Amino acid sequence: MLHLLTAVGILVCAIQAIRSRRLIVSALWLAGTSALVALELYLLGAPEIGVIELSVGAGLVTVLFVFAINLTGEEATDLRGLIKEPLAVVVSVLTIVLLGLLLVPGIDRAAPSVGEPALKVVLWGNRQLDLILQAVLVFCGVLGVLGLLSERESAPTEHNPLEGVE
Amino acid sequence: MTLSVPNIVILIVIGLLGTGIYALLTVRNLIKVVVALQIMVKAAMLALVLAGRLQGQENLGQSLALTVIVADTIVAVVGLALAVQVRRVVGSLDLNALTTLRR
Repeated sequence: MLHLLTAVGILVCAIQAIRSRRLIVSALWLAGTSALVALELYLLGAPEIGVIELSVGAGLVTVLFVFAINLTGEEATDLRGLIKEPLAVVVSVLTIVLLGLLLVPGIDRAAPSVGEPALKVVLWGNRQLDLILQAVLVFCGVLGVLGLLSERESAPTEHNPLEGVE
Repeated sequence: MTLSVPNIVILIVIGLLGTGIYALLTVRNLIKVVVALQIMVKAAMLALVLAGRLQGQENLGQSLALTVIVADTIVAVVGLALAVQVRRVVGSLDLNALTTLRR
């Protein structure tokens, strides 16, 4: 029952994050989605990942969103894409149906649990290349934050057509 | 189809992916595009944890989900930094306004 309520909550929050016109409200709905996904992860037996998702997804990313929205300012978000709305709905529904047909039939054929090393062994021992790549990614993130915080020096000056006439 | 836990989670995954694809197709605001990407990545993360659980390799699925969380955060940071710089240079967050960058 709790799984079902969480599922409904996640989907409602995600849809509201897309539907809301104000960017800041959208970011808050996204934080709600993250928090509920963290709860679902906890219920699925992955409390470590749930905690990380809660602190990073619902905390850090939301702060970044609010910061970026403050820098850029609220802008009318009811601009419509180049693709017509009915076509977008058809493509989305088609995706959902095809994924459903692909995933749902095999979902109950769970494999028997095999003896598996602990999470710390899998993470730190078996996946060292991934860890190096994650470190590179974090470095990219630092560069991204520098881009977020950089001053307005990069903005081009207004071109004045009368400049140099006299 | 009974509403077992895996079925509920797979419904969440499919719903989140569908919502994200719809948003990517219809939204033109750069920050909203990052929001849509975040929603889709959350679906992938849930799917990884579920797949690990179903295959009896829970810890492998969880460690992959951890990698996805890191990648997801970096994508958000770089995407938002890009949006801020586009707003400064172009003056708008509209994706169509980026055509002014064309030579």
